[in-house]
Amino acid sequence: MNPLVLWFHKLGSPPYFYRFAGKWLPWLYALALIAGVVGFYGALFTAPADYQQGDSFRIMYVHVPCAWMGLFAYLFMAANGFVGLVWRIKLSETLAMASAPVGAAFTFITLVTGSLWGKPTWGTWWTWDARLTSELVLLFLYFGVIGLYHAIEDRRQAARAAAFLALIGIVNLPIVHYSVIWWNTLHQAQTVSLVGPSKIAPSMLWPLLVLAFATHAYFFASVLARSRVALLELESGKDWVRALLHAAETLHD
Amino acid sequence: MKPGSTSAACVALLRRDLLLVWRRRGDALNPLLFAIIVVALFPFALGPEAAVLSRIAAGTIFVAVLLAMLLSLDALFRSDLEDGSLEQLVLSPHPLALLLGCKILVHWLTTALPLIVIAPLLAQLLLLPAAVLPVLLTALALATPLLSLIGAVCVALTVGMRRSGMLLTLLVLPLIVPALIFGAGACNAAQNGFAYSAPLLWLAAWLVLAVILAPLAAAAALKISLT
Repeated sequence: MNPLVLWFHKLGSPPYFYRFAGKWLPWLYALALIAGVVGFYGALFTAPADYQQGDSFRIMYVHVPCAWMGLFAYLFMAANGFVGLVWRIKLSETLAMASAPVGAAFTFITLVTGSLWGKPTWGTWWTWDARLTSELVLLFLYFGVIGLYHAIEDRRQAARAAAFLALIGIVNLPIVHYSVIWWNTLHQAQTVSLVGPSKIAPSMLWPLLVLAFATHAYFFASVLARSRVALLELESGKDWVRALLHAAETLHD
Repeated sequence: MKPGSTSAACVALLRRDLLLVWRRRGDALNPLLFAIIVVALFPFALGPEAAVLSRIAAGTIFVAVLLAMLLSLDALFRSDLEDGSLEQLVLSPHPLALLLGCKILVHWLTTALPLIVIAPLLAQLLLLPAAVLPVLLTALALATPLLSLIGAVCVALTVGMRRSGMLLTLLVLPLIVPALIFGAGACNAAQNGFAYSAPLLWLAAWLVLAVILAPLAAAAALKISLT
């Protein structure tokens, strides 16, 4: 078998994933920390103040990466949920459910930093603008997934039901987004784009990209850490968990 | 119609569900009462000025109708789950999506249709201009099936839970936001003398999509919850 495919198959096994995630965790956290420090240094010290918004624009360096991560986490959750539902892979269900609270936290931070920025810039904490409303709906979708996951006793059935809800949300999210745009809009248009030149000065852009990298590293570290704990709980009767516990006990003695 | 065929099964299911609702028709009136009470509370809270009331009329009626339907969604599969007939539906050789489609149709006929029938009364209570009434009725006729369909998927996910009321609200409301935006938006546009066909067409397009996908999704969700 192709080594990459073999590795992928191996990764689906909980004990293998547990060890793999344990090895990667410190590196991911370190990457997130270093990129975070570098990014924030760039954001707070080297990037010039905006000619119109002054220093208040700097909150964008938290707001925008978190907004990206809020959506990315949802996509990650839905993709893993899909894999879990179709191929019944336990690990995918676990990963999907582990990313829900992290994504909800990113979405919440996006809303809070957005309203902190909105007060001095727009003169109001909240406005029923298209992007704010979509973000709020996204947060409620996350709450629905988390709520459903915790309302069902059987963990695997709960994960499957919540993953299914996440998939329904994915189908519905574009409809919500465009209906809300049609309804009202005040948010500034997108300024960073992958294709074509960005409408932002390079000196302002690089800290944003570094911080986006930091949030990605943090997201994956956090999801891996949460999945490890969830797997231990889910597989608590299995031999490999017993062996781990036994090893931990002898280490303490 | 051959006995044992899929169409016979659908007709039997429709007959049974409609008969069940008819035997307990008092319960079926609850959503109507709820909608009337919610609508009647608004003048108390906002004052009886005609200008204020007629401006918020369409939106208020929309919200009241959606909430009233949400109230009854909870019970969509409950009695069937309790007496075991839901499992029989899942086990039957007929396509589950089609059977669930019949159940959703019954839900719409027994909850949404009466609400649409009393909508002119609600409109009168809030002094909606008479010219907007046809737009309101059309928008309701397009938006309420959407709620029945999307709601059924969420109910299928929460089926078997003891207290699913609040959770169901949390699941359904974010998904149904566009129906409210387009439906109430069409009424507001008509009230202000703008063109209102675009939001209605959007609603209709979304409804077509939901009619096809939602019963399939509800069937898949039900299979997850009943394993």
